[in-house]
Amino acid sequence: MDIYLLEAIINGILLGGVLALLALGLNLIFGVIDVVWIAYADLVMCGMYVIYCLYALLGWPLLLACAAGIVFVAAMGVLVHLLIIAPILGSAPINQLLATGGLLFFLQSFATLLFGTDFRNLGIRLPIIELGDIYISTARLLAFAMALVGAVALYFFLKRTFIGTAIRAIAQDRDIVGLMGVDQQRIYLVTSAIGGALAGLAACLLSLQYDVHPYVGNTFGPLLFMICVLGGLGDMIGGFVAAFIISQIISIVGYYTNTELSYVLAFVFFIALMFVRPRGILVR
Amino acid sequence: MARYAASALCLAVLLSAPVFLPPYFVHLLIQVLLWGFIYTAWSLMGRFGLVSLGHGAFMGVGAYVPALLWNYYGIVPWAGIPLGVLMSAVLAIVIGYPCFRFRVVGHYFALVTLALSQVVMLSVVAARDITGGSLGFTPKAVGHSWYALQFPEKGYFYCIALVLWLVGLFVWRWIDRSISREALDAISEDEDAAAAIGIDVIREKLRVTVISASLTALGGAIYGQYIMYLNPETVSGIAVSLQIVFAAIVGGMYTMLGPTVGSLLTLSLNEGLRVGFGTNFIGAANTIYGILLILCIIFMPRGIVGALLNMKMPRSRTKTAPAE
Repeated sequence: MDIYLLEAIINGILLGGVLALLALGLNLIFGVIDVVWIAYADLVMCGMYVIYCLYALLGWPLLLACAAGIVFVAAMGVLVHLLIIAPILGSAPINQLLATGGLLFFLQSFATLLFGTDFRNLGIRLPIIELGDIYISTARLLAFAMALVGAVALYFFLKRTFIGTAIRAIAQDRDIVGLMGVDQQRIYLVTSAIGGALAGLAACLLSLQYDVHPYVGNTFGPLLFMICVLGGLGDMIGGFVAAFIISQIISIVGYYTNTELSYVLAFVFFIALMFVRPRGILVR
Repeated sequence: MARYAASALCLAVLLSAPVFLPPYFVHLLIQVLLWGFIYTAWSLMGRFGLVSLGHGAFMGVGAYVPALLWNYYGIVPWAGIPLGVLMSAVLAIVIGYPCFRFRVVGHYFALVTLALSQVVMLSVVAARDITGGSLGFTPKAVGHSWYALQFPEKGYFYCIALVLWLVGLFVWRWIDRSISREALDAISEDEDAAAAIGIDVIREKLRVTVISASLTALGGAIYGQYIMYLNPETVSGIAVSLQIVFAAIVGGMYTMLGPTVGSLLTLSLNEGLRVGFGTNFIGAANTIYGILLILCIIFMPRGIVGALLNMKMPRSRTKTAPAE
């Protein structure tokens, strides 16, 4: 087998980890609150800027900066829910999608206002592992591992704690859950915070690999929605599988042709599959 | 009668505007009219709950096809533009028919069309040998020519934009007064019930989608002829799609003039902030724009024109406002 193709496949798997983590957060919010946060990728961008500021400008230790980034984005998630989603929770779902679209405009241009359009990075270069002729970047491997840890932690949180159970219950039937003594508003806030925290974690992992700029969210945001819809909005396992399918398409096609064409193919694949399996790949 | 007189007066003022306005303002007016036309085209389907985030794709096809044909084959825009519009209509059918057939609605419809606009934009970037990719594409300029539909003087394009905009309003009104409007209203309320009373759901949806996509492509083509520079980011892709949706919503997509008001408002906000603060304040316009959008959707889901109409006629708080 072609050694470079193998490298592309491995990189695809590693990329899939972070995408899966983000898809998990978006899916959680969709499943529980029934809202698509169009600006989800831009929350990640904000997290990357926070980490950049704290680490590269103020000289905080990296781990502390990352932790602060996660907390910051989690708080943003709560604010997004309180300020934007809660007032229009009763209106058409598409309005909520569009309101967070307004947030996308706001965050991108506000970041431009604060930082300009320059590409910035943390200035950390992690070593590259050599396995025979294959080169794997440690940053990607770390991101993949952390994304898996995050996903497993979320799984146990949802399965083993009372709040987690309540979150799963609300995703199944939001009307009955109130009768069972669950405070819906509180669950929505907790869910938004978790969704934000996952975006924050992704921000930590991505800022080790990529430069941050105000429009960085546009590079993987649309991809993220495709993954969630492909897996079935609200279906977390489906989203996890879809993340790896999409990332494999992108790396393998990208290996044979070029990056843009691989994205085109991923989107076309998505559109085609929507007609075959409109409720997600794992739904029968 | 008084209404017709008022309309005629407005039209006369609009027609004579380029005579006494400085070129900069004529340029702005052309943009307001062209974008107003595109926003109106979007709201043709948007008002019935068919929220498409794929109009950037239709606009991109409409803009790129004539320009490419002109540069590489010397085919005049008079043939190239209809071809671009036709291709957009075919694209709308290809994406619309399965969507409506398999009941892809709401979020799902918005996200599928969003993917479509990304496909068109990335294809343009990927074919960079032909289209110039992200660097953009400039149609060959030949100076003043009816043949090539190129006019360095703003007056000509002003008239074209005005006619186009009026055509958009007439189509809006035509659909608003047709039986299809009732059918589409019923479909947006409850698709099953609409189908049960004998409405051909797929056909009605597909028709309005094709009309909307074709008009958007036409707007994109004329916009390309006027600006004489195409960039995948500014005529296709997610950014343009969102721009179209938001301007239409802020203005008010349930009224005939709402999208145009949205176009006027967003453009003057953009230009005002640009002139007022200069380029060292990039992002200011969109920051304010973003906040405005969120507030609009929360407090005025029917847009500015819709809210004004509601104030004037508090009893007409029905789902669709009257046409005027």
